Amino acid sequence: MVGKASKIKAMSDARAEIFEKIRRSTGSAGGLREAEYEMIPREYRQSPTLDVQTRLNLFVDRLHDYGASVHRCRETAIRETIAQALLERGKRGLLIPDNLPHEWLPDSFTFQRDKGLSFHEIDQSEGVLTGCAIAIAATGTIVLRHSPGEGRRALTLIPDYHLCVVFEYQVVETVAEGIREMEKLKTVPITTVSGPSATSDIEMTRIKGVHGPRILDVILARPLTAE
Amino acid sequence: MSVRVGEAAQAPDFPAAAKDLLANAQLRKNVRHATDVITNKRAKVVVEMSDWQALRESGHRIKEHVLRHLDYYLDQFEAACTAAGGRVHWARDADEANRIIVEILHTHKASEVIKVKTMTSDEIGLNAALESAGIQPQETDLADLIVQLGNDKPSHIVVPALHRNKTEIRRLFLEKMNLSELGDRPEDLAEAARRYLREKFLRVKFAISGANFAIAETGSVCVVESEGNGRMCVSLPEVLITLVGIEKVIPKFQDLEVFLQLLPRSATGERMNPYNSIWTGLTPGDGPREFHVVLLDNGRTNVLADEHSRETLDCIRCGACLNACPVYRQTGGLAYGSVYAGPIGAILTPQLQSMEHSQSLPYASSLCGACYEVCPVKINIPEILIHLRSKLVQNGDPPISERLAMKGASFALSNSHRFSAAQKLARIGQKPFERNGTIRKLPGTLAGWTESRDLPAIPAESFREWWARRQKSKL
Repeated sequence: MVGKASKIKAMSDARAEIFEKIRRSTGSAGGLREAEYEMIPREYRQSPTLDVQTRLNLFVDRLHDYGASVHRCRETAIRETIAQALLERGKRGLLIPDNLPHEWLPDSFTFQRDKGLSFHEIDQSEGVLTGCAIAIAATGTIVLRHSPGEGRRALTLIPDYHLCVVFEYQVVETVAEGIREMEKLKTVPITTVSGPSATSDIEMTRIKGVHGPRILDVILARPLTAE
Repeated sequence: MSVRVGEAAQAPDFPAAAKDLLANAQLRKNVRHATDVITNKRAKVVVEMSDWQALRESGHRIKEHVLRHLDYYLDQFEAACTAAGGRVHWARDADEANRIIVEILHTHKASEVIKVKTMTSDEIGLNAALESAGIQPQETDLADLIVQLGNDKPSHIVVPALHRNKTEIRRLFLEKMNLSELGDRPEDLAEAARRYLREKFLRVKFAISGANFAIAETGSVCVVESEGNGRMCVSLPEVLITLVGIEKVIPKFQDLEVFLQLLPRSATGERMNPYNSIWTGLTPGDGPREFHVVLLDNGRTNVLADEHSRETLDCIRCGACLNACPVYRQTGGLAYGSVYAGPIGAILTPQLQSMEHSQSLPYASSLCGACYEVCPVKINIPEILIHLRSKLVQNGDPPISERLAMKGASFALSNSHRFSAAQKLARIGQKPFERNGTIRKLPGTLAGWTESRDLPAIPAESFREWWARRQKSKL
């Protein structure tokens, strides 16, 4: 049995040796580092070029590309649209994060709030309904930061069906804008979702549906202020 | 110190391994089909990016910058990750990394661990180490599962089971998963994997992942994937161990905007892969309660030491160079004898091992440049191949026949009269072997050249002769 003290010593030896080898290999360019980083060229697209409607249409197109269904509605009609989406998918009810707005929930369906459900309970559900943090049009990506309105990570992962409400103002055009929005959230867990779970592992042919939700539907809601 | 790259040190030389694999028509067909599909998909989504070259340049420059200041960024990552509740370990080589991981799992009396695809764990032979410590590793990536169930070896960085077709996979699943029936559509096979693994995802409390990016500024880790097995492994278990090569660190969160555009398009021909997980240390109420990062050297500092080939470490493991390589497309990945196959494997594998093993790999290339063309971070693979060849020559390691041939070539090519005399001589010499402008089999020591390919015959008139004749007739 190796004692704790000698284990700690082995670890600091390893660290010291790796750092020593790195410094021997690269010399010490230390002081210039920040200026050097700033000088890295970034000539790629970083800002939007499309008007609002084109951007939203692009987002919808990309989602369709992934095989996701998209319902567009006004903010005031979110509840009816959720009911419609559930009817179309033949769902009787869904799980919801603890803080999902109550006014989104149509009657005649069962919604169960996640107040510490077990993984098996989540696995037994018909699906999950959440909001999101932002979305990226160019890649059809939905970004979850797992806030109380989006639920912990397990909640949008274990169920086979994910219905996600995205507001039009949450949709940015480019990946660069998206990452800069995500940067503001940086220390919370972040999941980006681009279509349903998929794999290309068999003959490099993309097929939908492995371990994550196999069906993703999106409700794209227009806020009142945009009218 | 014992740097180990899978079983590369014991693998046969590339030409010998390739010879066997070239005889396997089914394997060649599988590899050709898969690489064709992915090459076409990649081309389509790359061409729609008007700023692709700018992204490549930025990716290259960020990586170059990181490597120059690797000590600083690793130190910064360690501090940020630790502050967020992670525990950082350092491993000089494969054995040390395996020992650290086994010890963590032993502390928790783990008997089973789920794994999300990490080539680095194949590099250090982690599964074997876990098994001999009484811990059962379970691969969860579909391709890795296929490799594991088939007791096979990975043949591609992104799609390790690329050399298997769906009929072979169906047969394997039927047998190993104890199924009585199973369709042969890829969808059926994915469904079988979903059922097989779901119970483990919900039950097993320990997981091992790799990392695509480790962000120095925030101490965050990013895992890029498609199936959702990655999300399962990084967010459901109670203890997560992430194995990270020291070259995977990037300076800032914002740098993801470059790499998350380059990687999915290059790897699977998608605008964005279905899932990215980014997490920072521990989050109360969401995900693991214990998070370990094992930072691995295992020869990476050897690669760093050579300024001419350092950019080998820029690699973001997209596999585009494999798919584009005419040699890989013929032989598949197993011929490289390393978990890192294809052009990047041909430069990475020998360098990690201080050029002491896998010496035939820098020769496993026609230097056509297709790999450089598609590399999202602009690693000049052909130039590095030549550099490594010259290193082997300086060490006196190239095959004797090559040394003799090169001596002869240098004598003939250094003088135009000698060159044209040699050409004439060869034209006469090739007569017994030529048919319809093609040579199918050369004799003696030259036989290796035509073993797996035909050689165009030297034409009756060379360009220089034609030019001289044309100039004369003009007069």
